[in-house]
Amino acid sequence: MTDSPDRPAKRPFRLPFEWLGLLPFAVFTLLFLILPTMRIVIGAFQTGDGSFTFQNIADLNTSSIRSAYWTSIKLSLISAGLGCAIGFAMAAAVVFGGLPKGIRGPLLTFSGVASNFAGVPLAFAFIATLGPVGLITLWLKTEFGINLRALGFNILSFWGLVVTYLFFQIPLMILIITPALDGLKREWREAAEVLGATTAQYWRMVAFPILFPSLLGTFALLFANSFGAIATAYALTGPQLNIVPIKLFAQIRGDVLGNPNLGYALAFGMIVVTGIANFVYIWLRTRSERWLK
Amino acid sequence: MMMRLMSWTALIFGCLYFLLPLIGMAEFSLKMRRGVYSLDAYAVVLADPAFQATFGYSVLMALMTIIFGVLLVVPTAYWVRLKLPGARPYIEFITLLPLVIPAIVIVFGYIRMYNTSSWLPLTGSVTGTNILLMMGYATLALPYMYRSVDTGLRTIDVGTLTEAAQSLGAGWFTILAKIILPNVLVAVLSGAFLTFAIVIGEFTMAALLDRPAFGPYMQLLGANRAYEPPALAVIAFAITWACMGLIQLVTRFSKHERARA
Repeated sequence: MTDSPDRPAKRPFRLPFEWLGLLPFAVFTLLFLILPTMRIVIGAFQTGDGSFTFQNIADLNTSSIRSAYWTSIKLSLISAGLGCAIGFAMAAAVVFGGLPKGIRGPLLTFSGVASNFAGVPLAFAFIATLGPVGLITLWLKTEFGINLRALGFNILSFWGLVVTYLFFQIPLMILIITPALDGLKREWREAAEVLGATTAQYWRMVAFPILFPSLLGTFALLFANSFGAIATAYALTGPQLNIVPIKLFAQIRGDVLGNPNLGYALAFGMIVVTGIANFVYIWLRTRSERWLK
Repeated sequence: MMMRLMSWTALIFGCLYFLLPLIGMAEFSLKMRRGVYSLDAYAVVLADPAFQATFGYSVLMALMTIIFGVLLVVPTAYWVRLKLPGARPYIEFITLLPLVIPAIVIVFGYIRMYNTSSWLPLTGSVTGTNILLMMGYATLALPYMYRSVDTGLRTIDVGTLTEAAQSLGAGWFTILAKIILPNVLVAVLSGAFLTFAIVIGEFTMAALLDRPAFGPYMQLLGANRAYEPPALAVIAFAITWACMGLIQLVTRFSKHERARA
């Protein structure tokens, strides 16, 4: 931060010319990011004729909307939890597991691709694999006589969605946690071993506490990631599945709630949930950076 | 030994999970003709005029978004580094907001703010809606583009380069176009390829603004056909893979250049 030594440390706001350079950026973000969002937030606290009210927020408390939020939160919690666990296992396997060094590069590259391979095509890939006539479904049926559908599994359902979301959740976890695992210093492990710690003790009392903020932070990020996602779910299940983004999609298209301001409140609720998750992520990341430098 | 066994198990389980859907979609996309593998599904998709139109539309949208994004982000990031380092955390915070606010909420705001009875009725005309969609895409790509360019600027000495150019008589436009842009080209290209990968299959914004983009087309086909959707998925996966591959390629190329210099 000292690349401008010729400038006094404290500069008063006396040259508007310098701030003018930010004008295009400010206009763009105001018009296409901040004001549209404010419009939604304000609308959530307005009645049809524009006066202030908490009624819309209170009206969210219907069984249909409550269950949509609950399903969305459950979906995000489970897919983020499993994504974290599996992604961590894979990243740990590559970083400490004594696997050939050549695996790491391709795995990270693939993770970069897979974490961006979301949306509609991802749904198609899973329908072709686990759908009624998908590759694995047919294989299990002909080779082993296992009927997935009879066992209660359906790709067009809640658990089908979890399995599908994991396809971008796991790689995202791998991409974020691998640098954190690299940051665990060999000296810490050696010091623990010298003091007589077992591997389990080292993980429980040294590595895990250091990694904990990163783990929880990434969990929050994955949570927000799946909470706001709609394209995959919509392509997989159509408008039926009762999760918040799909409900909001239907509301924007055709006011299915019968009250535009209730739609604003629904969207406001989404901002609150993803906002909290991201706040947790940012807060924990600054904490974890203290150790992992 | 135990550790290594567990590592292999985790890795193989993970790889199976990632590979099976890819194999599944590839296999399914080849099964259109009964009994034999064929490329019929691809032939049908590629010959579909709606595919050509929507794919062309999305490619054009992606290119416009990239151009707009570069024109917006490079001067801003440069200016902040050069003149307003104190503003950097705030700018960075704003650029991260599109990751916090779901895309569907942003486009909901657009529809309400720019409807036909508003002060700027963008949704009233086709051109206006296209511009609005491009702005939406630029917003979605902002976190990636800004971070990429800002990281690129960190590796060069912005202040010295600017003063050197100024003392030779260069104006702001020349400095940006001939000094700064070539120096952060790799970062700009990385951001551009990522933007392309995001925009090409985007569904939510295009569907809600009712524009004929590739994402809504894929969704529509998925609801009505059996063999074409996996073929589309293979094509989309290849595009994502190509974009990420190109990012790696330009990054590696630049390291090579720098090592030689």
